[in-house]
Amino acid sequence: MAGKRAFQQIGRSPRKVDGLAKCAGATKFADDLVLPRMLIARLHRSSLAHGRIVSIDVSAAEKVPGVKAILLGRDLPTPFGILPVSEDEHALALDRVRFVGDPVAAVAAIDEDAACEAANAIRVEYEPLPAVYGPEEALAMPEPRIHDYGEEGNIHKKVALEFGDLEAGFQEAEETFEDTFFFGGNTHLPMEQHAALAAVELDGRVTIWSSTQTPHYLHRAAAKVLGLPASRIRVIACPNGGGFGGKSDPFNHEIVVAKLALATGRPVKITLTREEVFYCHRGRHPVLMRVRTGVRKDGSITAMHFKSLLDGGAYGSYGVASTYYTGALQTVTYRVPRYKFDGVRCFTNKPPCGPKRGHGTPQPRFALEVQLDKIAERLHLDPAEMRLATLQPGNSLTANFLRIGSMGLGECIRRVVEGSGWKEKFRKLPRGRGVGIACSSYICGAGLPIYWNAMPQTGVLLKIDRGGGVCVFCGETEIGQGSDTVLAQCIAEILGLDLLDIRVVAGDTDLTPVDLGSYSSRVTLMMGNAAIQAAGRAKDLLANAVSEKTGIPVSRLLFAGGRVFDGEDPSKGVSFPEAAVLAEAKCGTIATTGSYTPPPSAGRYRGAGVGPSPAYSYSAAVVEVEASEETGIVVPRKVWIAHDIGQAIHRTMAIGQVEGSVYMALGEALMEDMAYRGSRFGVHKFPSMLEYKSPTTMEMPDVETYLVEDPDPAGPFGAKEVGQGPLLPVIPAVANAIHDALRVRIDEVPITPAKVLKALSAKDRRFGPTSFPDIPMPPVTRVATPAEGGTGRALEHETAAGGVRGGSRP
Amino acid sequence: MSPVSRKKPSRRKVHVELRVNGEAQEVAFPPHKTLLEVLREELGLTGTKHGCELGECGTCTVLIDGEPILSCLALALECEGREVTTVEGLAGPDGPHPLQTAFADLNAAQCGYCTPGFLCAAKALLDRRKKPTRGEIREALSGNLCRCTGYLKIFEAVERASAILRGEEVGPIDGNGRP
Repeated sequence: MAGKRAFQQIGRSPRKVDGLAKCAGATKFADDLVLPRMLIARLHRSSLAHGRIVSIDVSAAEKVPGVKAILLGRDLPTPFGILPVSEDEHALALDRVRFVGDPVAAVAAIDEDAACEAANAIRVEYEPLPAVYGPEEALAMPEPRIHDYGEEGNIHKKVALEFGDLEAGFQEAEETFEDTFFFGGNTHLPMEQHAALAAVELDGRVTIWSSTQTPHYLHRAAAKVLGLPASRIRVIACPNGGGFGGKSDPFNHEIVVAKLALATGRPVKITLTREEVFYCHRGRHPVLMRVRTGVRKDGSITAMHFKSLLDGGAYGSYGVASTYYTGALQTVTYRVPRYKFDGVRCFTNKPPCGPKRGHGTPQPRFALEVQLDKIAERLHLDPAEMRLATLQPGNSLTANFLRIGSMGLGECIRRVVEGSGWKEKFRKLPRGRGVGIACSSYICGAGLPIYWNAMPQTGVLLKIDRGGGVCVFCGETEIGQGSDTVLAQCIAEILGLDLLDIRVVAGDTDLTPVDLGSYSSRVTLMMGNAAIQAAGRAKDLLANAVSEKTGIPVSRLLFAGGRVFDGEDPSKGVSFPEAAVLAEAKCGTIATTGSYTPPPSAGRYRGAGVGPSPAYSYSAAVVEVEASEETGIVVPRKVWIAHDIGQAIHRTMAIGQVEGSVYMALGEALMEDMAYRGSRFGVHKFPSMLEYKSPTTMEMPDVETYLVEDPDPAGPFGAKEVGQGPLLPVIPAVANAIHDALRVRIDEVPITPAKVLKALSAKDRRFGPTSFPDIPMPPVTRVATPAEGGTGRALEHETAAGGVRGGSRP
Repeated sequence: MSPVSRKKPSRRKVHVELRVNGEAQEVAFPPHKTLLEVLREELGLTGTKHGCELGECGTCTVLIDGEPILSCLALALECEGREVTTVEGLAGPDGPHPLQTAFADLNAAQCGYCTPGFLCAAKALLDRRKKPTRGEIREALSGNLCRCTGYLKIFEAVERASAILRGEEVGPIDGNGRP
C-alpha cells in the first residue's frame, strides 16, 4: 500500500509530542501524582521461599500511629493472572507463599514512615515446605507441588509439536549437529520503580493510576478481584519510566491500593522499592536448550529438533506463551522444512518469569545462531554467505504455518557485512579480536489477543474541534517507545497537519478505546492501521464538505500544510480549520473511529496461537569484540546492525529503539544475571542497581545502524516493528565474535570472564551445559507442512479442546 | 500535616530555608528527610526522579552550588544556604536550556525518567567545559544509568547542546537521526 511515495510526516524525525515535557521534568509518572488526604501503602512480603501460612499477627502493626488499614489474603480471595489458563496469583497470599517476596499483607498509613514501620511489625508464622530453585530440581521433586494445576508434579506446561516428517528430514542431512545451550535469566530493570495510586469517588467509583503497559488487562483483573463492574473502575496508564515487558502483568500492588482506597475512603499510593522491583520480576526465563539440526554440505537445513526447558519461577505470568515462543520463530529466518519442538516450563520457588523484550525468543535465537556459526565452521562456509543462501523467502508460509510478508533479511546481512568490513575481518583479525554475525526476526504484534474474543485489538477515536485542533484517543500506552508520537504522526500525515495541532489522549479505560497494550511489538502496526482508518474517515467528511462549498472534486483535494486544496491549483482551497467548520455545519460533530484486527492465522492446530503475526521484522548484526586471554574480559568494540523495519514512521525514534536494543542485548550477553541463593531460601543475590551489573556510559560501544525499508502490505504506511527485534541478533553475535577472537565456544549467557577463562583451559575449549534431562512428553501434535500439502490442521491427537477456538489459548 | 507527636524527637519537623532554582523556600520537614524527598514531597518539584534511593543509579541527580549530587543521599538539612538547581530550574525566561532542546530533538529522552538526572549532570559538565570530548562526556555521565537509549543519543545531545552554547550553528537532524 505504501510504495516509495513522498510523505509529509512519515519517515521524518519531528520533535516527539512529549519530548520537551520529558526534558523539563513536567511529565507526570505514577509516583509523581499526589492527591489530598493521600495515604501511603506498603506490602509485607514473604521471607520464605515456600511455606504454608500458619498465623499472621497484625496486633503490633495496628498499634503503629497513623495506620489506617491492614489487608490480608482473605480480603482479596479471587485469583487472577494475565493468561486465562494460569490465573494462579492472589493479591495477597491466601495460605501459601511460593517465593521470597510473595506479598502477604498490606498496610495503608498516613505517611511512608508509619507504613513501613507497620509493615515490618507484622509477624507471620510459616510451616516451611521444601523448595526448588531450578527446573531440574523441580523435575526431580514432584511433591510438594507449588501449584495444584498444570501438568504433573511441578511441571507447569508441556508442548510437543512436529511439522512434517522429521526423521525423513534427518535422513536427507549430510551432517547432523547436536548442541546444548543455557540462557541465564535477567531482568528489565526499568529506571522507574512500579507505582500505583487509587482513589474512590463518593459514589463508589474507583480510579487506578499505574505504571502499567497494559491498562486494559489491569482493568479486567481489578474488576474480577475487587468484584466490581468494570464500568465503575477506571484505569489510567501513566507514562511508564521504562517497561521492557516488566509492567505487562496485572500486579498485586495495583489491586491492593484499590482495595485499600475502598477500605479507607482515601486515596492510596504505593511505590515499590528497587529491591521489590527485583522480586516482582516477570523477566527473561532461564532456558536450557538442546538443538539437533540436520544440514547439507551447503549449509541448508533439512530438519531441526528444538527442545527447551524453562525455569518459570513461582507463578504462571505469561509463561505458557513464553514456552511456545521458545519454539515458534526458528522457522521464519532460514528455511527449516521439517521442524519439531518440545517445550517444558517448570514452577520453581523464585520470582515469576514472564515477558522481557523479545519474549521467549532471545534464548532460542542465541542457541540457533551460535549453532549455525559452528555449522558454518565445520562446513568451511562463511557464516554470512551460508545464511544468505538459506533464507526463508518473502511472501511464504513456514513449516509451522507462519505467514511471512516482506522479508528484508538478505539486505540486512549485506548491509552489515559491507559496513563492518566483514570479509577483511572474519578469521583475519589478530588473536584477541574477533567479529561475529547473527540474524533474527520478530513479530509485529501477536495474531491473537491474550483472552479469546472476536473484537479488534486496538481502536482509535478522533475528534475535530471547530478551531481545527484534532484530539485523538487510543488505549495505547507510552512507555518511552514513542507511541504517542507515532499516533500523532499517522493522523498528521493523513490530515496534513503539524504535530502541534494534535492532542493525544492515551491509556485511559474511561476515555480511550481499547488497545491491548504496549507488548509484543504490536502498537505501531495495529494502532497505526486504526489511526489511518479513523483519519481517513475524518478526511472524507471534510473533503466532501469542502468539495460542496468550493466545487473542487473530492478526488482532487489534497490535505497538506494545514490546508485543504485543489491538487491541480493549490491556490484554490480552504484552511484546515475552515474545512472543519464546513464539515461540522454539514454533518454535525466531527468524530470518527478506526480499529484493527489482525488477519486470521494459517495454522489451525492446537498451539498455533503463538507465533502468527501480521508481519515479521528482520535484523542482522555484526559485533566486533576484544577478548583477553589473560583476564577473560570481553569488550564489545563496535556493533553494526541492520533492521528491516518496512518503513520507518519516525526515523530518530526507530534508531533509538535499535540502539537501546543493542545496549540491552550487550548487558544480557555479558553481565546481567538474576542470581539467587538456594542456600538462603532463594533470596536474590544482589537486588540492587549497583551489583546487578548493567552497562554504563563507559561500556557502551559505538553502533552503526542501518534501517532497511522494505514496506510490508500489512503495516501502516508499510511499517513493521523495531522495539524488540534488534535485541535478538546481538547476543549470539557476541558469542560468535568471542569464538573468532579466542577460538572458544561459550554456549551460555551471560558470558562472564570466569566462563571465558574456563573455556580457555577446557579440553574442548568450550563452556556450557552438556546434558539435557529426559522428560516424558505428551503425544506429539503432528502437522503436515505446506510443502507436504498440509492444511494447517493437526493430523492426529487433536483433542476436543483443541482447534483454533477456546478461551484458554495464549 | 502536623508535626508527628511520637516520642521520637528525631521526627520533629525542622524549619529550614532552602534556595531552590533561584528562589528562597521556607520548608518544614522531619530532619531525616533526604533532599530528594523534600524536593518531591514538600516542594512539589516532582521533576527530580528516583530509581533506587540508595545512590546507585544517578536518576535523582540535582545540582548543589553547580555540582551534581545524588539527592537521595543528601539530607535536606545539609543543603541550607546552598543553591539547589533541579530540572525545573534549567529553562529560563527565554525558553528551554539548549540541553533540553537537544535532548528532545535527538530523542535522547525515550521514557524520560532518567532524563532530569542526566540533564543536571550534563549541565555541570558544560558549565565547566566549553567543548567536552566524547570521553569526557562518558565520564561525566557514568554515574547515571539509562535503560532505554543505550546512551549514544545522550552523548550526541550533549555535544549538540555544547555547540549551541558556543554559539555555533547546528543543523537539523539528518536522515539518520543524527545531528
